[in-house]
Amino acid sequence: MEFSKLFELIVSASLINNFVFTRFLGLCIFFGVSKRMETAVGMSITFTAVMMISAALSWLVFRYVMVPLDITFLKIIVFIGIVAGFVQASDTIMRKVAPSLYHKLGIYLALISTNCIILAVPLINAGERYSLPESLAFALGSGLGFALALVIMASIREKLELADVPGPFRGTPIAFIVTGLLALAFSGFTGLLRM
Amino acid sequence: MNSSLGLIKDGIFKDNAIFKLALSLCPSIAVTNNVRNGVLMGTAVLFVQVMVNVTISLMRGIIHPRIRLPIFMLVISGWVTVTDLVMAAYAQDAYKQMGLYIQLIVAFASILARAEMFASKQPVMPSLFDGIGMGLGFLFSLTVISLFREFLGKGSVWGVPVLHAKPLLIMILPAGGFFAVGILMGFFNCLGARMRKKARSR
Repeated sequence: MEFSKLFELIVSASLINNFVFTRFLGLCIFFGVSKRMETAVGMSITFTAVMMISAALSWLVFRYVMVPLDITFLKIIVFIGIVAGFVQASDTIMRKVAPSLYHKLGIYLALISTNCIILAVPLINAGERYSLPESLAFALGSGLGFALALVIMASIREKLELADVPGPFRGTPIAFIVTGLLALAFSGFTGLLRM
Repeated sequence: MNSSLGLIKDGIFKDNAIFKLALSLCPSIAVTNNVRNGVLMGTAVLFVQVMVNVTISLMRGIIHPRIRLPIFMLVISGWVTVTDLVMAAYAQDAYKQMGLYIQLIVAFASILARAEMFASKQPVMPSLFDGIGMGLGFLFSLTVISLFREFLGKGSVWGVPVLHAKPLLIMILPAGGFFAVGILMGFFNCLGARMRKKARSR
């Protein structure tokens, strides 16, 4: 087990192959919750935590149930079941055990199950045959990358509210163009690491 | 017959998933840097949408309302797996580039939304046409975006060079996808506003 490999995975998943800016995943949520900084931060925290745990669960099921039974072709169905089930369970548990936390972050949990990144990470982990620590590092990197994208975008959009944008471009279209500019900036990270 | 045509038209224009509802955006940018991939992805979505609508509509009498969402997810992921395996077998080159995005059709909000709002309440034939309409709308948007990007970014259409000038390389880079969708969305908003104004003055 090399730590440099894990570190490389985190940096690559969060900066170089940032899910939002270079793989275009999780855009619905990205545009949905990046209107205000407060919701963006709440979403980032919830998202990274759920991502790590669901990646670990999916890895265990994939490695110890699906590979021995030779049913890896069912991975889409199984992973979406795991993610949706886990989100539902944590929603119920959090409401009983930590009501104050639930009050703060509960609404984001419900949104997360519709996010494609949360499903893409287990699928990529399975496709690349990552080990458990590698899967976790990849999940952490993806979560951090998504959080970074959300926070940057939210801080820009708060300013954008005051800007004089041409009529037809108000709302989503201008958000897309701003994201394009950010993606351009993020493409500067290409070549940071030789994988 | 008239109403089924109307359903198809609604799916393409009024309820267009990408430009109007801003749903299922991920693939619209990820796979549209050339027309072939855009059309292939659109066709895959069309197929899944139609099959899901028909299946759910056939089963609408036996699905208990309280567990309907897990059942819908199961049906959707079943058909996505079918599409995934078929593409892996017959379109290997394209599958290598966009396999992940095909698998992620499962998370499309628009497919689940149609199953919930339309197919679970209507008989089979309207559901079939609704599926065709929504799917065609998706195919249409992906084709427009990918045409725009391939034409400007590579100066070609479907791999055939048509523009003999230095292309704007940025349009086929990831960033260009965001620009293309933003510009096209603004354009369609503008068009829509103008049409509404015309309708009102009449």
